[in-house]
Amino acid sequence: MATPRPRVKVPKTAAAGEVITIKTLISHDMESGQRKDSEGNTIPRKIINKFTCDFNGQTVFSCDIDPAISANPYFEFNAKVAESGTFKFTWVDDDGSVYEAEEKIEVK
Amino acid sequence: MRRGAWEGLPVRGKFAAIGAGVLVASALAFSAVQAEPVDETLSIDGVEMTTRAKAQEGLPFDEVLSGWLFREAETRQLEADSFENPGMLYVERGEEIWNTVEGPAGQSCASCHGDAAESMAGIAAHYPKWDADSQRPINIELRIDKCRVEHMGLEPYKFDSDDQKALTTYIKHQSLGEPVNLDLAEGDMQSWWERGKERYYLRTGQLNFACASCHEANSGLYIRADHLSQGQANGFPTYRLKQADMVSLHNRLRGCIRDTRAETPAAFSDELMALEVYLTWRGTGLSVETPAVRQ
Repeated sequence: MATPRPRVKVPKTAAAGEVITIKTLISHDMESGQRKDSEGNTIPRKIINKFTCDFNGQTVFSCDIDPAISANPYFEFNAKVAESGTFKFTWVDDDGSVYEAEEKIEVK
Repeated sequence: MRRGAWEGLPVRGKFAAIGAGVLVASALAFSAVQAEPVDETLSIDGVEMTTRAKAQEGLPFDEVLSGWLFREAETRQLEADSFENPGMLYVERGEEIWNTVEGPAGQSCASCHGDAAESMAGIAAHYPKWDADSQRPINIELRIDKCRVEHMGLEPYKFDSDDQKALTTYIKHQSLGEPVNLDLAEGDMQSWWERGKERYYLRTGQLNFACASCHEANSGLYIRADHLSQGQANGFPTYRLKQADMVSLHNRLRGCIRDTRAETPAAFSDELMALEVYLTWRGTGLSVETPAVRQ
């Protein structure tokens, strides 16, 4: 699809020290660079090559992504939260574009 | 019975080849390995779907089954959580299109139909419907095109364009959970139903397969590594992991027919519209699952 759109799911609230589950999904073709078009020319690689999740400025999860990852990559991971704050999610595209999303969480 | 080419290989289970030709017998075989659909309940975000319904009169089984019951646990899980379901990205895109003004008439879908959550609730479960203007059944894709041409001053969508798939998915999603139920008394629907039934049982192609060869006579068994479902239409457009994309019903029908090595009819042709009417009727009572997730 045209513009990659991120979706993230973070609980609104949590108890201090609780382990929460975070789910993220972004729409992206993840063109591997291995395919050819109808004229036999290689379709240039265009994938999301890096995903990062920061909490209050500190990285809690990150990974490099390679061409074997399917379209619309989905990541699910856990994080332990000690204080209220903001999760910031970043996806980096081969063409340099950066897609971002943010979610706040309140620790009671 | 002629045995398949794998005879003698250490594979457990019984192979049954259909079709009389030697070529067919060695090329394809249905196997009865671990062939049962699962006994599980699908609830999407806590809302229970009907994945088993009493079969309509005349069908050779007691129950009609959603394709969801035939898929792997991981695939089933993707559909049960609307966040994980990649098809929901197309629902979101469809909502944008719904609300975007397009064309010389300065109209969006929402200009006439307002909030789709209200105006489109349950609607798609009763499609295809009889269209008195064109004197043939129309499905959601053709209904959208009718609006585009008559009220928005636009061209019909190109078949399987991203926008067509997204908007169709969005509209059908407003019927999530609603049982499929067609009105065959409208117009000439009954004769299209009969034509569709004929097509369903018609053997075509080099492999000489009818829809029924796989999805009725061998439903539940394996064809190569693929667990054959009843081939129901209730989940379309459906997110197929194989394509990593939304797949429309007519795309899938064309794919199936191509796989029998037959001439492929055009999307929305009389042949495929008749088949859609009949096929959708076969799934009467199953919940609309759009966007379903399949392998």
